[in-house]
Amino acid sequence: MSQAILQIENLRRVFQVGVEQVHALKGVSFSVNKGEFVSIMGSSGSGKSTLLNILGCLDTPTSGEYLIDGVSVKERSKNDLADIRNRKIGFVFQSYNLLARTTALENVELPLIYNSSVSSRERRERAKHALEMVGLTDRMFHTPNQLSGGQQQRVAIARAIVNDPVIILADEATGNLDTKTSYEIMSLFQELNEKGKTIAFVTHEPDISAFTSRIIMLRDGHIISDKTNEPLSAMLEIQKFKTSEIIPNS
Amino acid sequence: MNIFNLIKIAYKSLMRNKMRAFLTMLGIVIGISSVITMVGVGESSQASINNQVSQMGTNLIMVQRARMRERGVSTGRDNVQSLKVKDVDLLANNTKYISAVSPVFNANAQIINGNYNWQGSVMGGNTDLMGIRNFELATGSNFTDDDIKKYAKVALIGHTIVEELFDENVDPIGKTIRVGNMPVKVIGTLKPKGENQMGDDQDDILLMPYTTVQKRILGIDFVHMIMASAVSEDVAENAVAEIEAILRASHKIQDGAADDFEVRTQAEMLEMMSSISGMMTTLLTAIAAISLIVGGIGIMNIMYVTVTERTKEIGLRMSIGAHNSSILLQFLCESVILSLIGGLLGIVLGLLMSYLLSVIQGMPYIVSTSAVILSFVVCAATGIFFGWYPAKKAASLDPINALRYE
Repeated sequence: MSQAILQIENLRRVFQVGVEQVHALKGVSFSVNKGEFVSIMGSSGSGKSTLLNILGCLDTPTSGEYLIDGVSVKERSKNDLADIRNRKIGFVFQSYNLLARTTALENVELPLIYNSSVSSRERRERAKHALEMVGLTDRMFHTPNQLSGGQQQRVAIARAIVNDPVIILADEATGNLDTKTSYEIMSLFQELNEKGKTIAFVTHEPDISAFTSRIIMLRDGHIISDKTNEPLSAMLEIQKFKTSEIIPNS
Repeated sequence: MNIFNLIKIAYKSLMRNKMRAFLTMLGIVIGISSVITMVGVGESSQASINNQVSQMGTNLIMVQRARMRERGVSTGRDNVQSLKVKDVDLLANNTKYISAVSPVFNANAQIINGNYNWQGSVMGGNTDLMGIRNFELATGSNFTDDDIKKYAKVALIGHTIVEELFDENVDPIGKTIRVGNMPVKVIGTLKPKGENQMGDDQDDILLMPYTTVQKRILGIDFVHMIMASAVSEDVAENAVAEIEAILRASHKIQDGAADDFEVRTQAEMLEMMSSISGMMTTLLTAIAAISLIVGGIGIMNIMYVTVTERTKEIGLRMSIGAHNSSILLQFLCESVILSLIGGLLGIVLGLLMSYLLSVIQGMPYIVSTSAVILSFVVCAATGIFFGWYPAKKAASLDPINALRYE
């Protein structure tokens, strides 16, 4: 059996809104193994954002157990959680969240700045390598406003992998992109997944989750289905695009 | 996360908004430069007062006749004849803390040389008076004790009198001039000293043996004033006590009765003259300090705006592993960099302005190291103090909400 990266046991999260208690997660259990490409699906209000926040160690569960890479996050201090995020998790956001007027390379370096065991030379090397992996070697010194949406998301992905995390958490990472660019980004995720990266992808679009190898459906704080999926190849989908496009000599 | 990275991050963030950083800094620049200028002007006017008072004499102590009161009305000291030449001799022979002492007679007289004439001040003293009053010979020589014994009709003349009585290129030494009706031989000229703080011309002086002034011009048997030099500034107080004791004994003043003389030291005169300029300096510095506070509030304001504006960035930094303390330090660092660079510019500008002012005012230019160091410390403190709350606000943001902030 392969190694479990995420282990969730009967996870609950209750928010206090005024006098009312809102149960966002009502006992969720699953685990993600190394090398898996999981999509977490659900409509708004299903609890997927809450789940993602907890998986990303930005929030802590009201009850239940959550282990990341074998480490329990229960009753950890804020600084401990920050260190876990820094060493074990890579975030990719819907709106990229790159620092404006800052080069791609410096944006990618950012997580390593908060890791005191990485020297500035090593930081630069690793950031360059991460940008190579997302295919942006020639855009290293461009600032976000000089990059297209797809390129900005690639920079964000490079930033997510630069600290060599145990899991990449993507939150609607294709939500701001057109279909073709979305597929390109999914192709990049598939590529990273083939290289052994574990990825959890939150989305509400079924055609995006079709590229993942496992789909977890959430509704009203419960898991309603959790099944493996034969993933489509994003590369092939992009090629279909090319043939259907009627733009001569582009 | 090390401090070098922190400074780099803060610096880069500031550079992303150059104009804003510059304007924010301007408040501090103006505040610090005006503090430095005001302190500088204060110190150089103080120094110029010091200069002028010390020009009056070396550790000068003045003994004057006491003012009199008759039926509650002050009648001044013109009729008081309490100081005598023998008091001077007593002081000269019986004190430890006095290096030189001289009787002083003052008179106004018409001074005439051929077609030129000048209403000038005549001063009589002994051979030590020149040293006590810090007069220096330009040409010729001082009168001698022999001249004093003989009531000699000789004089040393100040620069103003030389200019008024003699044509250019004429050497006054050896010439005979008239003081009133008395022919007097010029035996020396004095180096110019310029005006004193009160605007009196210190070069309008004709110095003669005191016996000559006392007997030949004034015809009095008391002494107008006694001037003495203390051995050093530190013992000036002891010298005053000594003088008071000797004179009280000599004048046979009963215990508890008032002195018939007044003793003043240079330090007291200095104090008197500096008090007004000190007050002005304090006032102006206080106003300048207020502008520094306003500058600090400017920093605080901008840092608040920055924190709000960069909420998303803060959320991102937290999500990729920044500790709250790193965020706090980053924003604190930004405000400290702003205030320190502003402070440095302010110090340079302030030194330049106080230099220009001192040149215009003709006062000595003094770089007050303490003011410079103090300003620098104040700058850093301003940065920390006014940057703290915005930085604290940034650090206490919740990463989830910060990331969603639009």
